Amino acid sequence: MKLFLIDLKLHFIMVVLVGCLYPLLILGLGYFARDAANGFPIRENNKIVGYKNIGQKFTSTGYFWGRPSAVDYNAASSGGTNKSTTNADYLQVIAQRKVDFLLANPSAVGKEIPSDIVTASGSGLDPHISVAAALLQVQRVAAAREIAAGVLETLIQSNTERPPAGLFGAETVNVLELNLALDKLKNH
Amino acid sequence: MPSSIISVILLSAFVILLAYPLGKYLSKVFKGEKNFMDFLTPFENFIFKVISVDPASQMSWKENMKAMLRINLIFYFWAYIILALQGSISFLNPAAIANMEATLAFNTAISFVTNTNLQHYSGETGLSYFSQLLVIGFLQFVSAATGIAAMLVLMKGLVVKNSQSLGNFYVYFVKSITRLLLPLSIIVAVILLFNGVPQTLQAPEKITNLEGEKVTIATGPVASVVAIKQVGTNGGGFFGTNSAHPFENANFVTNLVETSAIIIIPVALVFMVGFYLNRKKLGWVFFTVMVVMLSLFIFSAVALELSGNPQLAKMGLSQPQGNMEGKETRFGSELSALWGVLTTSTSNGSVNSMHDSHTPLAGAVYMFDMMVNAVFGGVGVGFLNFFLYVVIGVFISGLMVGRTPELLGKKIEAREVKIASLVILFQPLIVLPMTAIAAYIAKTTPDIGWLNNPGYHGFSEMLYEFTSAFANNGSGFEGLGDNTAFWNISTGLVMLVARFIPIIGPVAIAGSLAAKKSVPESEGSLKIDSAIFGVVLLGVIFIVVGLSFLPALALGPVAEYFSM
Repeated sequence: MKLFLIDLKLHFIMVVLVGCLYPLLILGLGYFARDAANGFPIRENNKIVGYKNIGQKFTSTGYFWGRPSAVDYNAASSGGTNKSTTNADYLQVIAQRKVDFLLANPSAVGKEIPSDIVTASGSGLDPHISVAAALLQVQRVAAAREIAAGVLETLIQSNTERPPAGLFGAETVNVLELNLALDKLKNH
Repeated sequence: MPSSIISVILLSAFVILLAYPLGKYLSKVFKGEKNFMDFLTPFENFIFKVISVDPASQMSWKENMKAMLRINLIFYFWAYIILALQGSISFLNPAAIANMEATLAFNTAISFVTNTNLQHYSGETGLSYFSQLLVIGFLQFVSAATGIAAMLVLMKGLVVKNSQSLGNFYVYFVKSITRLLLPLSIIVAVILLFNGVPQTLQAPEKITNLEGEKVTIATGPVASVVAIKQVGTNGGGFFGTNSAHPFENANFVTNLVETSAIIIIPVALVFMVGFYLNRKKLGWVFFTVMVVMLSLFIFSAVALELSGNPQLAKMGLSQPQGNMEGKETRFGSELSALWGVLTTSTSNGSVNSMHDSHTPLAGAVYMFDMMVNAVFGGVGVGFLNFFLYVVIGVFISGLMVGRTPELLGKKIEAREVKIASLVILFQPLIVLPMTAIAAYIAKTTPDIGWLNNPGYHGFSEMLYEFTSAFANNGSGFEGLGDNTAFWNISTGLVMLVARFIPIIGPVAIAGSLAAKKSVPESEGSLKIDSAIFGVVLLGVIFIVVGLSFLPALALGPVAEYFSM
């Protein structure tokens, strides 16, 4: 019984130290980087319209589209498809997605379709697509917005994130930021 | 050389460069030698005073193990009660999360006490902030400290000549937290925080997105939990999709830091062995054996994932980033496969991609890695597992050269070999029958809805789950519908026995070695700090694990590969 008392006391000391004080310290340090500590919210007219790193669902022809999502970009409940590479039903879904993508982007016919635009991400909230996947959508968006394709290609260029020296990650385009930039283009 | 390979090599070099001095530092800390963190001594002494433990007092191996079991029992009840009642606690529960169901709370409490972090719930819908901080975050520290403390009892047993003075569990436990886990977690958490991993107690934000749809964005005190989850080989994410979620792993910086954090302490602890025993060469032999296995696994998994899914290639899709199903664009295949190997080597179990969607043989690599469970392994316990193979290796070498097997000047006799063999055999004896039972149920009750994929891969989902539970790993083929009474109870029990038996076994061996007379080393002694012993160890590990598990792997991932 005396020994149990030691353990019980140690238990509560640790509850206070690592269960309370540690997260509070990090919370306090967050005040020195409020934007980051809240996940980089993006505000338009003082309202949060999204978060830099949380992907959103885009379906209209005038926006660039992100990757398919197992949870339909529901940021309250992340998830992947967890389909195996050999699952026949899954492979049919992918084939269908490719057909749909080509129907929506006829200019992509005959070009190489990168697999990221027809496969679902792990989180279901992937904010990025590959540069190639963005470029294949230029004609569609240009037609819907009546903007020259060249302007959109420059916009993709300026919204491409490149990890230093090409190491530790891939070149990506942030779809939400690209579409926000697109909306600003229209207003000018 | 492709940039992906350069990334992998640079990252590995970076980790080793950090781990070596960390190992040296840890040896000083636990031997009680002077080090730069000694300013914490008054604070630690205050803790020892409050709990009335004399930090200089010594315990036998049994007393140490009893202390470990007692305090872990308290952790379990604490966790179970809070999880089962979290809905009734309105404090720190802005999203109004409900109580956890009984079998799920049982599974989750054991999972986090045993450093496994298997999650049959999804963080954003299953846990209140109160539970995230005071159950999950808390247990991630103390379960890691339990593992490190147990390893130090073993280390002490290898150097003392008296079975009554195998160190003090409480001292090792407290110092693991104050001098290692807490400082390292703070550093990692701050880097994550400044890169967009949230730390907030606000309720999830409800926003209207660009196309006018209303969405709720789950958030919370993420940075502090993610840091210790990576550092303490825990792996239990704040969100359902773990470090694939942009709020847990935002960009290449956070991915770099989190990847390194998976492996840094496990590597440092192997270096610590060399310093602690004052046999640096031995430390390097152990390190090299593990690195050989790790490199083999990394090379295979990265190559397999980068080559993509052949079925997609047949559809005319190009796969410059490899197999992208279940992966994030910002990490691509190579950094996802690298993470997959590190997380299964170390019993971490966090993921930055969905392992269920990796190519069949990459999945086999992860499973084999967990079956070995000693390629650096979980904090503390990884070395305990490795030590069992060392005992077997010494025994077999002794037989081969016809000498009495010796380990660090102590004779290895029947008792030690029996314990080591039983603990090693315990793994296939649990994992294989449990998988068989599950497979039988899934086959005879097709409507049960457990499996997300048909055929061989469905079998792999079940094999992976029990392998992961036994390895105290916690990653999963997450397609498996595992939040049912069967899976909650069965994996809960597996995690429990697979945590404490492989800790107590090696520590008992250390206790029995400590009681033995030292035999002076001579020309005739077996030299375990030699390359040849390293080769024997590699052989022992591959043969034992291969014989136990290759047939099961052949039924799952290997069969799936050949059916592609």
